[in-house]
This record gives sequence, C-alpha cells and structure tokens, in this order.
Amino acid sequence: MGWMMWTPEVAAFFGCIALMLVVMTVLEIRWPTIERKGWLPIATTRGDRLFIGLLLAAYVNLAWVGLSAEEASVWPGFGASMLLLGLVMWKG
Amino acid sequence: MSKPVNQKALLLIVPMFVCVAFSAIMPLMTVVNYSVQDIISPTQHVFVGTEWFRMILNDPDLQDALVRQLVFSLCVLLIEIPLGVALALAMPAAGWRASATLVVVAMPLLIPWNVVGTVWQIFGRSDIGLGGYVLTQLGIDYNYTAHTRDAWLTVLVMDVWHWTPLVALLAYAGLRAIPDAFYQAAEIDGASRFAVFRYIELPKMRGVLMIAVLLRFMDSFMIYTEPFVLTGGGPGNATTFLSQYLTQKAVGQFDLGPAAAFSLIYFLIILLFCFILYNWMQRLGQGDGHA
Amino acid sequence: MRKSRVLPRAITLTLYVLFTLLPLYWMLAMSLRTNEETLGAFSFLPMAPTLDNYRVIFTDPSWYWGYLNSISYVLINTVLSVLVALPAAYAFSRYRFLGDKHLFFWLLTNRMTPPAVFLLPFFQLYSSIGLMDTYWAVALAHMVFNVPLAVWILEGFMSGVSREIDETAYIDGYSFPAFFIRIFLPLIKAGVGVTAFFCFMFSWVELLLARTLTSVNAKPIAAVMTRTVSAAGMDWGVLAAAGVLTLVPGALVIWFVRHYIAKGFAMGRV
Repeated sequence: MGWMMWTPEVAAFFGCIALMLVVMTVLEIRWPTIERKGWLPIATTRGDRLFIGLLLAAYVNLAWVGLSAEEASVWPGFGASMLLLGLVMWKG
Repeated sequence: MSKPVNQKALLLIVPMFVCVAFSAIMPLMTVVNYSVQDIISPTQHVFVGTEWFRMILNDPDLQDALVRQLVFSLCVLLIEIPLGVALALAMPAAGWRASATLVVVAMPLLIPWNVVGTVWQIFGRSDIGLGGYVLTQLGIDYNYTAHTRDAWLTVLVMDVWHWTPLVALLAYAGLRAIPDAFYQAAEIDGASRFAVFRYIELPKMRGVLMIAVLLRFMDSFMIYTEPFVLTGGGPGNATTFLSQYLTQKAVGQFDLGPAAAFSLIYFLIILLFCFILYNWMQRLGQGDGHA
Repeated sequence: MRKSRVLPRAITLTLYVLFTLLPLYWMLAMSLRTNEETLGAFSFLPMAPTLDNYRVIFTDPSWYWGYLNSISYVLINTVLSVLVALPAAYAFSRYRFLGDKHLFFWLLTNRMTPPAVFLLPFFQLYSSIGLMDTYWAVALAHMVFNVPLAVWILEGFMSGVSREIDETAYIDGYSFPAFFIRIFLPLIKAGVGVTAFFCFMFSWVELLLARTLTSVNAKPIAAVMTRTVSAAGMDWGVLAAAGVLTLVPGALVIWFVRHYIAKGFAMGRV
C-alpha cells in the first residue's frame, strides 16, 4: 500500500465517508426512507440528499479555497459546507 | 407492476462490484492522497494541505482550457445532434442498402482514436493531404498546424466525422421503433413532412436523443487522443482541452500533486453535470413511459 | 413515400457518405504509395501502387505483435466485462434492493470519468501488483468504462423479457444458475452480442490507458504507430498502412452485428 501514500488527514476523510455509508445502511434497514419533496427541485430519498449535500459541500470548499486569501484557514469554508450539508439532509 | 424487493440480489452484484471497485475506488483514494502532498520522490513526500487546489483554481491556463472545453462541447452538440438526426431520416429503412449504409456510416466509430487523428493529419496537410490540397488550390490560406482558426475547425470537423455516426445510429434506432400505422394515419390526414417529423418522429426519438446528448457531452468533455495526434494541442494552446492539459501536467511534467488536485476538480465538474443530466433524463423518461 | 422526398434524402446521404469515405480513401491511397510519390507531385490516384508498406508491417515482429497484443487485451476485456455484467444486470432489471439506484449511478460515473484522471494511480497500482506491461493491466483498466456500459445495455435487453418466464421456471424447479444459462441466456442472445460488440469497440479504440500501462510486451498497435516518426522524417506510407490495418477488425465485427447495432443503441435505460 506504500504507493497510495496515505496521509492521516485523507485517511480520516475516507473514514468519515465510510462511517456515513455504514450509518446510512443501518438507518435504511431500521427505518426505510420515504421519498419526499423539500426545497430541492427533485423528490429525494435520504441517500439522494446525502449525495447532493456532499457534492455541494465539495463545491463550497473549493470555492472557499479558490477565492480566499493566500494564508487563510480552510475551516470557515469547511464549516459553511457542513452547515449546508446539514440543511440539505434536514430540509432538502 | 413494480419489481419485488430482494436483498439477495446484492450477491449478483458482487463480482461486478469487485472488478470495478478494484480499478476505480483505490485509484480515486490515491488521487486524493496525492492531491494534498508535495511528492518529491516515491519515498519523500510532505503534506501541503490545500495548496495545490488553490494553485490550480487560480491557474489562468486551466481557466482558459475550461472555457475552450465548454465552447468545444457546445459546438459539438449543436452540430452533431441535428446532423445525426438528418442523416438518420435520410438512411434507407430496410434491405441491403440499409445494411451497407449502416456499415459505412458506423465505420469511423470503430477506428482507434489515434488513427482518427492520423487520418485527418494526413488528409488535412496542405502539401500531401487531399483536403488541405484542395482548399489551398481554391485559394484558401489553410494550414492547421500554424493558424489557430484552422486548427480549431479541423479538430471540430474531425469530431463531427468521428462521432456524428453515434447520434445517427441512435436516432435511426429510435425511428425504426415507430410502427408503420403512424405514418399511414398521417398520410390519410394529409400531414406535411414537417408535421410528421414534429409530431410523430421527434417525440418518439426523445429517449434515444437524450442518451445521444448525454454521451456526446461526456465524451467530448474528455476528448484527448484525437487532437493530441492531430495538433498536439497547438498552435500555442489553441486546441489544448482539459484532458490534454491534465496529461501534460501528470505525465509530461510529472507534477503529481497539482495533477491530482486538477483530476479531482475535473471529476467534480463531471459528477455535477452527470447528476443533473441523469436526473433530468429520468424525469423525462418517466413522463412518456419510455424506459 | 412520395417522389419529391426521395431526392433530397439521396443527396444528404451521398454527401455524408462521401464525407466519411474521402479521408479514409486518402489514407488507403497513401498506404499504396512510396514516400517519394507521396511527397512528390500531387495526384488523386496512386500512380504506381505498391504493397511494400504492408510488407514492412507483416515481416517486422514489433509491428505485427502490436496487432496481436491489442487483440489479446481487447478479447480478455470483452469476455470478463460481459461475464461480470450479466448477473449484475439481471439483479438491476429484476429486483429492488438496498442502494440499487445509487449503485447504478456510481457505475455510470465510472463511464463518465476521463481516463486521464486515473492515469497515474493506475500506473502505480498495476506496478505494485506486478501487472505492468501485461494484457491483464489494460484489460482490467478498460473494465472501468466497459462494465458500466455492459450493465447498462444488458439491463435494457433483460427488462424487455417478461418476468413471468423467470417465475414459471422457478416453479418448474429450475435452480437459478440452470435457469439463467439454459433458459434466460438464449432469450437475450442478441443483447449479449450487442454488448460484446460495444465492449470490443471501446477497448479497441482506446489509447491513452493502453499506452501508459504497457511498454514492450503488451504494447498496442496504436502505440507502435508512433514509431514512424524517425530522424529521417515521417514514414507516411507505413503509417497509413498501419492505420488501414487497424480498420479491419472493426469492419469485420460491425459486419457481423449489423442487424443488431441500431437495436443495441435503442436499448438501455436512463
């Protein structure tokens, strides 16, 4: 696995993604999702909302990194993206 | 009749999943790892955080390549979709003529992509190529290796030559699925040719045309080999599209970190477009019952 | 069809066929000329047709091995892709299960990822498991875009077969493998043919991955063609001859499946 050049940060990132998938699977088995229509333009299931939320979060982070000043911290962008993810999951 | 729920069906997915995941998930994770490190050698690499992303997002060359790419993909769709439909309407419906036309029209699809580049490289040269020679004889100052405009047009014409057959075949398949009774009814009603197209053929082709638009958008967005062989991205950067810019960085300059960051941004762009198009098409598909 | 409609159609078709064939004709013509003739006075027809360029290819192992290499990995890829796609497509077409829609979309994203994105990690991955420069490396790499396509097309064909056939077979006491091989496969024969055709085609035409993952032993013909640029200048005749020869497998395959091609394009959901 040496060639994959793992870093702790990226490992943590993929760990979180894997954890999310596990949680979503368990939730799906215990309480199957029902498709619903929120403020997003399409009717979505829980899994759809997670995907849309993560995709939007990625774009928010990219926008922050691309537009912020040279030495700015990445965390405000990350915080904003997580808020958006929560909003999509909850109300989308 | 809806499909029954059966979790055991997941077992049937497993072999496919293993095969694709092996070549898709591990490499994707690797790209993420590369994108946050400065890789000096296989054993020497340092964590640099989001530096490469910042660099790539603010890279004017990349922004130019992205604009070129979008303009190119748009041109491709605007030319190939109507031309492909026109061609499908003109193709014979049955008999040996239909087979022969089908084989000839589909031919460019079966040619290795670098040979497509080679075909046009040979054809377009003004000294030894038929196309270039004829244009020059007509008094047009044509040289695709030196003039930006000519390079652009040649790449575009080459893509039309290469990929219009795909649109034509899809549209043709859609047309053949229309029962003769529809045409007979239109004949009795005295419908004009245009009315037949607008109210019978176009709605019936909607499903396959959606697939055509999606495939042509995706594939033109990742075009690499043909312009690489034909123009090498030149003159200057005139025909350097996203994939070529990425390959230059990754293989040419061996800047693994920035190339990986670029890959991820590229991937996110494609993912967003695909998700929107996919959902849009599914909704349309449900609309007319065409699965 | 009224007479007035036939003429414009014939003109459109003729013009387009000319547009398709002229560049191909020019390559064929060039492959039959010597380099001196190519670079000399311009003429539409070859003045002194010669097969020397083809002789170069058929007598030089590094040339004809290029063809054999390409055909090898394309065949491995086609067989493997269809084999793993068949059960998966059956599952997608017949049942609902946990995450089915998301799995299907994930598959499609693999079809949509530019090969350039995966270039470096593929190189590292296949080096680390010792598959570099083998047919398997290219065949496996091409599965990333061929398997999704195969599942997509096969799913369309399978959904066209009534589910009652499955149910009757299970009531008659068929096990799943026996039913699948003896009853179901013959019903979707055309679909399997079309799918194999598309896998063959996309693996045959791809160059970027094939070139990066091979160096000597599995080098595809498309990569060998870059050799024609030498210190002495371009060897146009041999380049054109090699190009003409790459058309042959495609033309053969397309001839065999010509009745199904249009059908194959119409199938598949989305």
